[in-house]
Amino acid sequence: MIVMADPQNLITVSGVSKAFPGVVALEGVEFTLRKGEIHALMGENGAGKSTLIKILTGVEQPDTGSIELENTAISIRSPHHAQELGISTVYQEINLCTNISVAENIMLGHEPRRFGGICWKKLNELARQALARLGIELDVTQPLGIYSIAIQQMVAIARALAIASAKVLILDEPTSSLDATETARLFAVMRSLKQAGIGIVFVTHFLDQVYEIVDRVTILRNGRFVGSFEIAALSRVELVAKMLGRVVDELQALAHDKDQVESQSDKGRLIEASGLGLRGALEPLDLTVGVGEVLGIAGLLGSGRTELASLLFGIATPDSGSLLIDGQPVTRFSPQALIKRGVALCPEDRKAEGIVGDLSIRENIILGLQGRYGWFKFIGRQKQTEIAEKYIKLLGIRTPSPDQLVKNLSGGNQQKVILARWLVTQPRLLILDEPTRGIDVGAKAEIQKLVLELVKDGMSIVFISSELEEVVRISDRIVVLRDHVKVAEYDHAVSDRTLMQTMAGEA
Amino acid sequence: MNNRISFSRIRESRLFWVLTAWAVILGFNALFVPGFFRINVQDGHLYGNLIDVLNNGAPLMLVAIGMTLVIATGGIDLSVGAVMAISAAMGAVLINPAPGDKLVSNEILTRNATNTPLAIIVIATLAAGTLCGLWNGLLVSRAKIQPLVATLILMVAGRGIAQLISNGQIITIYYTPYFWFGNGYILGLPVSIYIVAAVAILAWVGVRKTPIGLFIEAVGLNSKATYYSGISAKNIQLLAYTFSGFCSALAGLILSSYVHSADGNNNGLNYELDAILAVVMGGTMLSGGRFSLLASVIGAIVIWTFTLSMYALGVPANALLAGRAVLVLLVILLYSDRRLIKRRGKSNPAAVQPQDEKPGLPHP
Repeated sequence: MIVMADPQNLITVSGVSKAFPGVVALEGVEFTLRKGEIHALMGENGAGKSTLIKILTGVEQPDTGSIELENTAISIRSPHHAQELGISTVYQEINLCTNISVAENIMLGHEPRRFGGICWKKLNELARQALARLGIELDVTQPLGIYSIAIQQMVAIARALAIASAKVLILDEPTSSLDATETARLFAVMRSLKQAGIGIVFVTHFLDQVYEIVDRVTILRNGRFVGSFEIAALSRVELVAKMLGRVVDELQALAHDKDQVESQSDKGRLIEASGLGLRGALEPLDLTVGVGEVLGIAGLLGSGRTELASLLFGIATPDSGSLLIDGQPVTRFSPQALIKRGVALCPEDRKAEGIVGDLSIRENIILGLQGRYGWFKFIGRQKQTEIAEKYIKLLGIRTPSPDQLVKNLSGGNQQKVILARWLVTQPRLLILDEPTRGIDVGAKAEIQKLVLELVKDGMSIVFISSELEEVVRISDRIVVLRDHVKVAEYDHAVSDRTLMQTMAGEA
Repeated sequence: MNNRISFSRIRESRLFWVLTAWAVILGFNALFVPGFFRINVQDGHLYGNLIDVLNNGAPLMLVAIGMTLVIATGGIDLSVGAVMAISAAMGAVLINPAPGDKLVSNEILTRNATNTPLAIIVIATLAAGTLCGLWNGLLVSRAKIQPLVATLILMVAGRGIAQLISNGQIITIYYTPYFWFGNGYILGLPVSIYIVAAVAILAWVGVRKTPIGLFIEAVGLNSKATYYSGISAKNIQLLAYTFSGFCSALAGLILSSYVHSADGNNNGLNYELDAILAVVMGGTMLSGGRFSLLASVIGAIVIWTFTLSMYALGVPANALLAGRAVLVLLVILLYSDRRLIKRRGKSNPAAVQPQDEKPGLPHP
């Protein structure tokens, strides 16, 4: 072993490789986690982050290389074994039961017993203590489902820490469904755990968050180890460049493209909504989208932005106001009816509402157009393949074949497949709800660029994103929602800061 | 490229396993059941165990075709056996040779005659079953009742309805032209085989040469995403259940024609379970999605080959059920093993997200 036995080292991974049939997932990866540090694991989709985490949690076994826990060589045989060793994991999608109480969730499988039954008093007390450790007070006897996603995440962490005397906590994209305040709360918890000497592995796509909380970062690219760095000594541009393996100027170039598009708007109104609202989801609001215009929607999670998208796409039927497309009122609200009027939606929850993972890329792309054609006008197999291949090329979907199953693609490529599904139908209004969430920097830039190109061709776009920078960069006008109410409308010259203040209700 | 090959391999394997199961049973018969493969010609008709498999298995094959589409949408149809009984009762009652509502005597009822034209009898029989399917479809797609519960209603009530139609009697049929469906021959082969072939081909064209097959699979795999793509999942479900009702009706017609009677309590008894087994053997997941009509039909053939082999061996009827249990167990083991292999094979690092993993997955 070259690595010295530093008592501060919690986990030392050296020379770990892992190959799957046909793919090398990891090759010669080095990774050291110290006590009381927050260590980011970064890389584009497919870089090998998931595989490394699976090895650390015992889901997969490495082909070569060694893992040491507190300078003792170990082999992690199973997820259960990992927990016994003190390595706990909280996954991106929370795997708790929402219908049983918070306390039961935390203590599940470790319930304190008395007279052969469960000692509820003690169970609730232990759960309360576990949460108190994170600085959270809740009614632990309530079902988990009544709490927000952020709280559920905290409960998942409390559970991870309560089960065993955890030394290592792995957080896999914990912030992807949290809004700013919730993230801040999570970070406070992470900091206190760090104080307590726990090592945290933090997987995220958000650069801001990395710079806010992380001590060191390990970067992977295509299964290879790029390096581990002190975050203070690494600039953002350097970090991104290391992840991509090239210097990125695409993001900067976008701002330039935007200026050229500018003069194009004002060709008339495509969408006019007046007093459009739905009780409990969205207070009545007025909204217009011009032909060839990008309307940005900014708002925190739960501000009503997704509800607005649902109304515009006919998933929900408004109970007040009217919606005009090309001056003609919409009378029937259903995706089918709105698609016929030229509206398309890339939904926020890509997995549940967007892709059909077990169908091929070809079938996923064709689904929108075929849905519009109905039961009797069949797009033949050959034509399907033609269309699919055309859009795979156009959008740069990285796949060996159009018959590849969509679930085997990375997040960014899945998003492109959904975009392709709609572009085939040549929509006039494209609603993008968080189109760049959970996808890597490279694909993000590609999707933003595509949006600007579509607008150039006269398409109108409603762009919903929680990344303000992105909204400002792309949109012609920006509508801000807060607590289901439209609070402001800005032109594109607004600064991130003003937007943020409006969203937070400070201005 | 790699993925293309493995993808087509998975699709092929839908047929592969069920054909393997069939081959194993046939191989067993070749060794232990003398004369199982013998086919005789009598009066220009073919006779033999293999022909019997096709003729006796025809109703199950039909039901399995309808069941395949229902299961592919992520649903299930428990009412198929009861619908067969309703259709059979409908046909038998209409055959009644007594004109009008005149008091009927045994002498009239046993006469080889009918007061209703055969075409009307067939249409009414099929319509009865199709309506039952429509009812199931409305409950599932419009009333949003879980398929298991929705079709359970008709599974239980259906036999009662069948008895109401036949006035609580087991109706024996004496009308010879009606027997043609279950006992007739065309070019040496039983009529029922042609009916199955026609329905199978029509169904295949209906789903594979139109977008309906894709829609069914999409609904079964992710109905929300399908709805968001502008496809009416409701109408697809309605279609699948209605078609399943039609298939059951046809199966009921053939069965009652074959046994010369309509018995509300016993026509099509346990057909729902056999049909589900046939579909599962054909590689369609109970959770819905990809399906193969041909594989389901072969699944039905496997079940009947097994049943008739046991009869040929002289296994008593009650022991047969135990034998069947072994068959089911073997099939399920085969499939769970296949799924494990599939899961191991697909461990593509870029693809599999952590939440896909079930803890406690066995390690190679």
